[in-house]
Amino acid sequence: MNNISHPTYIDEDSMPYPFCPGCGHGAILDHLNTALVQLQLDPRKVVIVTDIGCAGLSDKFFETNAFHGLHGRSVTYATGIKLANPELKVIVLIGDGGCGIGGNHLIHAARRNIDVTVLVFNNLNYGMTGGEHSVTTPQGSNTATTRYGHLERPMDICATVNVNGASFVARSTSFEKDLPDLITQAIRNQGFSLIDIWELCTAYYVPNNRFSKKALESSLEDLGFAQGILHQEKRPEYASAYRQAVADQHGLISLAPYPLPTKYAHNIKTRMSCIIAGSAGQRIGTSAGIFCRAAVLSGLWAYQQNDYPVTVRSGYSLSEVTLSREEIGYSSLKKPDLMVVVSEEGLKKVASYASQLSNQDTLFINADLLPLQTNANVVALDLKRKDKKYNWAFIALEEVILHSGIFPLEAWEEAVSMQKDLTGENLT
Amino acid sequence: MREFINGAEAIARGAIRAGCNFFAGYPITPATPILLHMIRELPKVGGVAIQAEDEIAAMGFCIGASLSGSRAMTATSGPGISLFSENIGAAIMAEVPLVIVDVQRMGPATGGATTGAQSDIQFLRWGTSGGFPVIVLSPTDVLDCYRLTQRAFDLAERFRVPVFLACDKQIVLNRTTVESSAFEDINVRQRNFAAVRDEFVPYRFTEPAEVPSMSPFGGPHLVRISTSSHDEYGYLTKNNEDMDRINRHLNAKIAAHREEIAEVKADHQEGADTLIISYGITAQSVLEAIRLLRQGGSKISSLVILSLWPVPELKILRAMRDMKRVIVVELNQGQYQREIERMASDSQEVIGVNRLDGRIFSPGEILASGGLK
Repeated sequence: MNNISHPTYIDEDSMPYPFCPGCGHGAILDHLNTALVQLQLDPRKVVIVTDIGCAGLSDKFFETNAFHGLHGRSVTYATGIKLANPELKVIVLIGDGGCGIGGNHLIHAARRNIDVTVLVFNNLNYGMTGGEHSVTTPQGSNTATTRYGHLERPMDICATVNVNGASFVARSTSFEKDLPDLITQAIRNQGFSLIDIWELCTAYYVPNNRFSKKALESSLEDLGFAQGILHQEKRPEYASAYRQAVADQHGLISLAPYPLPTKYAHNIKTRMSCIIAGSAGQRIGTSAGIFCRAAVLSGLWAYQQNDYPVTVRSGYSLSEVTLSREEIGYSSLKKPDLMVVVSEEGLKKVASYASQLSNQDTLFINADLLPLQTNANVVALDLKRKDKKYNWAFIALEEVILHSGIFPLEAWEEAVSMQKDLTGENLT
Repeated sequence: MREFINGAEAIARGAIRAGCNFFAGYPITPATPILLHMIRELPKVGGVAIQAEDEIAAMGFCIGASLSGSRAMTATSGPGISLFSENIGAAIMAEVPLVIVDVQRMGPATGGATTGAQSDIQFLRWGTSGGFPVIVLSPTDVLDCYRLTQRAFDLAERFRVPVFLACDKQIVLNRTTVESSAFEDINVRQRNFAAVRDEFVPYRFTEPAEVPSMSPFGGPHLVRISTSSHDEYGYLTKNNEDMDRINRHLNAKIAAHREEIAEVKADHQEGADTLIISYGITAQSVLEAIRLLRQGGSKISSLVILSLWPVPELKILRAMRDMKRVIVVELNQGQYQREIERMASDSQEVIGVNRLDGRIFSPGEILASGGLK
């Protein structure tokens, strides 16, 4: 080991370890150091992420970057670090407690195959808080919270991340001589790696269960938890796969303003409120948006509020539109001056408005929904004969423009072509 | 020239203008359009945007990315802020610059899914253990969404703290017409990175109100960050003096710069004895009510608050001076009214005008409930 730039990654000033006599944590950290020395990584390119519990004290002993965060969330911080800077090697040191509270994150980090190496300091109980059971405590164990014998089956962390896509999965113990090599391989793997490292908690689990190195080995055997490398595969790593997937987007103009110059004239005196009512899937919001853009192209100010229930492809769909000669600040609809109703569901939702309309107002309505009690001028539209249901709001608004002349049809047609630019939707 | 645009797009555009290059979020109405914009747009500027498995992970990703040198943002609504709570505390303690957009909806819990309301005004300030300060900005319209998003990034870097944008559903989702030239850019400062040659001590400050410089993971220094009580080197500590030092610093860095953060729109009318205070979408209704009152010959003053936390006390006290009545208009049960009441003198009457049915105020309702007509 001559001529190496980093003979150790341990910060000697921070030693000794503060762990209980016989605790496995110190051994695992020594093995991690050996692995780092084997790899000779630039310490500035290594981030050790810890969270809570005795294992959470571990980052302190390393002369690398370090982030000490919240219980069970280390994998999420590690993911953010790796996503932001893929050249970093990110190593998570987490306890079995963290794997319980943060189990969700383990699953999804494995699915993404994000290049993060997770070392689980698995001592089968919560050491720091007083020997309570964890998600890996074997059945029948005596812990502070399982005084009558532990009833739950232990979580197989390796199987969990394995079945969800981790590209390097291993199990070992703190006693294992080959652990440094295993850690080296895990860190080298370009993807999500996890080593479940079993060890002794001499403060609680050992005395409470007459546990020992030998008992640990036989527990693993009883559970059928094999040791060594359990799974290894090559598959795309998320941070680089993401960059590849979006590479052709780079440099495109982002959210460029879409200006609407005044090209046409309108004949609105002050302000006009409209309601367009129909059903989900009838492009109510889209058509109302085009109507608004056409109004803006005609020198008006437009405001659009959509309303629909929590369902998606069912139920009513409404758009309230305000058009004004002046800038619109506060806007809320009291009574529309113009209503467009294309479906039964829409009509149900706006029936109260329809009854408020006066003979100054106009109601454009699907002829199938007539007769209707209203004082408004009714324009019956034979929508069924003209087009498919999803286009009814669109053709009804075209009728509104032709009939009322609030702005020219050219403005509407220009707004329709813009819709294609904005969303790629081709409306005719 | 004019544009037809909603707050979601204005926020996304403001974020990208401010140099945002990392976004992690989880779908939730009415904040989802911001997630969709960022997923689509960030790759164009070389950034990363990702949907996380839950809100907890979204915040974790943002914290990790910010510490690696990114400008990170997330967006959610009340139920998501509930799940953010622990990581809001983590970001405060570790001093992580972050922008969090809260498109509020009616609480508690799922509320009137997904009805709008100004539900989170106190929650954003007190949403995590310890009671340490954050910054909360509140846009009143689409133009504010654009400018205040930039300001949120600026303040996040300036103070190394999570900065919230407390938004209303209507402003974020509804499209309106604005003059293109009215979009206002601000100077968003770069992160205060420690000089490469200097020794880097992540939490070193001489005065409590001083904000230490940063260095990213993977940069020229070794960086140690902790969300537990820590000493100036970032090592976990239970030393009483060190804990006292860091805790006082977390308060002081915001408290000492209240006036720098404070932003209001004051419209004082000479001779008025009534002041209406509002923020967010409510300000739109209030400004219309004020216009109607003045048109009718009444004298009335208005104060619209754009920076809700820290409370811009001097500016509020100035606006309240010589007022007999202060009317606070909110789409909640008087959450900000509490702040106004503690500043009012014994002779000043503070009246809350509140709505909890998911609708916004009409100007007429404000006048009637405030006893103004």
